[in-house]
Amino acid sequence: MGDFDYSVIFNNIPFLVDGLKVTFLLTILAVIGGMVLGTILALIRIAQIPIASWLAAAYVNFFRSLPLILVIFWLYFLVPLFLGRPVGSFYSVLIAFVLFEAAYYSEIIRAGISSVRSGQIAAGRAIGLTYPQTMRYIVLPQAFRSMVPVLLTQAIVLFQDTSLVYVVGLKDFLVSAELIANRDQRLVEMFVFVAIVYFVFCFAGSLYARHLQKKLAT
Amino acid sequence: MISISNASKWYGDFQVLNDCTTHVSKGEVVVVCGPSGSGKSTLIKCVNGLESIDKGKIMVDGDVVNDKKTNLNILRSKIGMVFQSFELFPHMSALDNVILGQIKVLKRSEDEARARAHDLMAQVGLSEHAGKYPAQLSGGQQQRVAIARGLAMDPIALLFDEPTSALDPEMINDVLDVMVNLAQDGMTMMVVTHEMGFAQKVAHRVVFMDEGCIVEDAPTDQFFQAQGSERAQQFLSKILTH
Ligand SMILES: Nc1ncnc2c1ncn2[C@@H]1O[C@H](COP(=O)(O)OP(=O)(O)O)[C@@H](O)[C@H]1O
Ligand SMILES: [Mg+2]
Repeated sequence: MGDFDYSVIFNNIPFLVDGLKVTFLLTILAVIGGMVLGTILALIRIAQIPIASWLAAAYVNFFRSLPLILVIFWLYFLVPLFLGRPVGSFYSVLIAFVLFEAAYYSEIIRAGISSVRSGQIAAGRAIGLTYPQTMRYIVLPQAFRSMVPVLLTQAIVLFQDTSLVYVVGLKDFLVSAELIANRDQRLVEMFVFVAIVYFVFCFAGSLYARHLQKKLAT
Repeated sequence: MISISNASKWYGDFQVLNDCTTHVSKGEVVVVCGPSGSGKSTLIKCVNGLESIDKGKIMVDGDVVNDKKTNLNILRSKIGMVFQSFELFPHMSALDNVILGQIKVLKRSEDEARARAHDLMAQVGLSEHAGKYPAQLSGGQQQRVAIARGLAMDPIALLFDEPTSALDPEMINDVLDVMVNLAQDGMTMMVVTHEMGFAQKVAHRVVFMDEGCIVEDAPTDQFFQAQGSERAQQFLSKILTH
């Protein structure tokens, strides 16, 4: 044990913090983008618009049947092809996460919307609100309130999943730590540290989600 | 004001409305009663287009409800509806429940809507409770907020679907008092209810439904003078002995 040298961590804090910033930025942007796209998909499915609803359902089932790492790979190669210019791994990865997470968020949001009593929609329509207004002012606020713990849990999973970006060489927290570990030959120290950091954030997040769940139940 | 002509409706093979014809004139109060499952809620929901009919014609204020060209949102904003289960919006204060439609549908200014909402909360006797959320109010109070929410749209008519059926007995009168005042102020009302005291006090006519049909449609006095159909008499004797 005496061989362990944890000073490698403290000597490289700025570099590691930069990596952690990438991880957080990716998580936050992917959660926002995924929820926006997911909400749109959920609304299209629920509105039962002839072809659009079928397409939305196909989208969701398609992305839920693929491994995330494959989507990351694909987008890494496809997005530059599609746009005709390189976009940098951060953006290709971000798009991959948004497209992928939207499929999951859409299912969560759809369940949340269905949990709102149908009488609420009738009451909204009865005062003359349009269908979109009823969704916007009556249904979605209630749906999101009941979904917050599940959405947070999904965000925690996403936070962990962002580590998959190592396959395209994006310098997130894990990749930054790995670079230092290899350079300084401090693999054990670095990976113990990385594990602790992931654990602390995720555990705190799930405790908070559980707290919210309890609060909602009362 | 409201005229229903030969309206029929099916849920699959099941005919829920069978050739229903009746009307509510301006300033008139019509009570609709009948056994559970007879189609009362469905009929009243067809009046503001929350449900659609398959045959016949429903007209409100000169517009045909079951016509694709009619803007149902505008039509609904002109007819208030009060539900058995209140259906207040639980994520808003009582006052905001009364404000929402005024701003989003009638495009009133925030100040104007708020002032009107306060007036209406006073009218239904709930001024002190304006800031509370629905979950903090009793059933009777929630239903009175729901009536205020409907009135906020300055409706030409109000529809009630068993507004007191979900209430504890001691709260029923608070809600009925508000409704009686509205009726006496000349509001046009179509009220599904089994509160026969209310019917005798303010209804101009009573409609009795059974198995999707309008079996009786008579002036209130006549309806209660036991001249009607056997089915209606049986029904009346059952609910009046309670
Ligand atoms: N959405 C629906 N689908 C199928 N059947 C329905 C639906 N809504 C109501 N019904 C049926 O139509 C009948 C009349 O219902 P309703 O209008 O609610 O009666 P009431 O209000 O007089 O009790 C009932 O038998 C009910 O089961
Ligand atoms: Mg009913």
